[in-house]
Amino acid sequence: MEEQQNTRAPEPWPRKEMFEPLHGKAESRVDAILLLIREASTNLPGDVISSLSEQKAKESDGSQAQRALGIILENIEIAYDAKTPICQDTGTNIFHVHYPVGTSTIALRNEITQAVRRATELGYLRPNSVDSITGKNSGDNTGIGLPSLYFHEWEKDHLEIKLMLKGGGCENVGAQYALPESRLGAGRDLAGVKKVVLDAVLQAQGRGCSPGILGVGIGGDRVSGALLAKEQLFRTLEDQSPDPLLADAEAEMLEKSNQLGIGPMGFGGATTLLSVKMAKMHRIPASFFVSTSYMCWASRRKSLVLKQDNTYIIE
Amino acid sequence: MAQTITINPPGITEEQIRSLKKGDMVSISGIILTGRDTAHKYIKDNFLHGEIPEAERETYEGLKKFLHGGILYHAGPVVLNDPNGQPYITAVGPTTSLREEPYEYDVIKHFGVRAVIGKGGMGEKTLSACKEFGAVYLHAIGGAAAYTAKSIRKVHGNFKPEFGTPEAFWILEVENLECVVTMDAHGESLHADILQSSSSAAKEILGGIH
Ligand code: SF4
Repeated sequence: MEEQQNTRAPEPWPRKEMFEPLHGKAESRVDAILLLIREASTNLPGDVISSLSEQKAKESDGSQAQRALGIILENIEIAYDAKTPICQDTGTNIFHVHYPVGTSTIALRNEITQAVRRATELGYLRPNSVDSITGKNSGDNTGIGLPSLYFHEWEKDHLEIKLMLKGGGCENVGAQYALPESRLGAGRDLAGVKKVVLDAVLQAQGRGCSPGILGVGIGGDRVSGALLAKEQLFRTLEDQSPDPLLADAEAEMLEKSNQLGIGPMGFGGATTLLSVKMAKMHRIPASFFVSTSYMCWASRRKSLVLKQDNTYIIE
Repeated sequence: MAQTITINPPGITEEQIRSLKKGDMVSISGIILTGRDTAHKYIKDNFLHGEIPEAERETYEGLKKFLHGGILYHAGPVVLNDPNGQPYITAVGPTTSLREEPYEYDVIKHFGVRAVIGKGGMGEKTLSACKEFGAVYLHAIGGAAAYTAKSIRKVHGNFKPEFGTPEAFWILEVENLECVVTMDAHGESLHADILQSSSSAAKEILGGIH
């Protein structure tokens, strides 16, 4: 057995830049996408960092909850400085691509896949794609259905790629309820929605690496509702639903979830969730689904805006 | 009052472990072994039912050296190779432990494991193994992979590299790796406490939603 000093070779990277968008000109689209992956894996969005540090101040001094948040914040800084993954579970790589009319999605698919492979080689992503039956790891984060790609054509003339790294621990505590739900006394109305939302947070305990962010999709079918719930996790923490009823429900459910006292890591404490994000879609009268998608504190979402001349902004 | 106790695996005594209480902090300096889903299944399939298969004997002896009086860490690290082809670890946070619940009682019993590190806590069966054989469950900070990697001094290779990077048993020398005791050897579990208190809070809140 060989021994090896566990050294890392971080490039110096001033801390103040953590909150700054990254600008530049890439050699190629693949390079720009690679940078997007690096940013997503190694630096959290500024709103999440701020929220975590605000919550740390709110936990009681010397509590395990406060200590956990302190370690989380320290971890974020170390990962940023060393450009190593914030969390080793770099999750499902979910890309939402908005592309101008006339851009080939076949080319984009190939380029994203190439960038994912490169990012895996460079250690920004852990080899995280396995055959569902044999368990064999593909070694490069590709496979049947991976990376997870969603294409949306739009009328703007630039490309926008949103990336979310969705870890397994939090994904596993997502849920889907069909209303009415008699165990919780949840009927087919907004009150019923709120009841199952609270239950989803309760059932998750600290297992989704709390404090988390809860995306809620109301309505749709089993597939579209779940997708809607997950898409909410791209929203910034300050963002409120444009629907006043849902905006109120978001605030109410955040407050009520935090009254559960589950706390960071389930150690107990005031911070169980950082945010609740809700959205609704139409449904058929016979079905009333409420889908939830839980995002851990390591809420890795970044977006890349890429112009025709390969100038980019990542934030 | 919660205390911080230093433990040095492998070579942790039963007495040390029994002195720990739910809510205590431990600081770990020594050698620990990672192992997650494939590792647990492998142990169960090969070592827990009588004869050790000849082909696996060397691995078995190796594992025993680190697990007896030692620590098993539920984690799948990100490992890179330096220019000399030697592995180093950039990210190694805990994974969800509950997936190993069907195996852990027997693993603790068979190898005399003194502590398991992970996240999210474990169930009744593991709690009873902790009580019977003198072991604790230690909670690391989920997701704090870069922080945890910082306390790794050396990577002493691995067992079963063919399981793939996250699933292999990595032998890690750590210094001052801090964890919280959330399940102790006296049958107490912080996870059970929080489940109970949050469930009764939820009951009350649900009653107020109309
Ligand atoms: S739930 Fe999130 S923070 Fe926790 S281990 Fe998974 S990816 Fe990491």
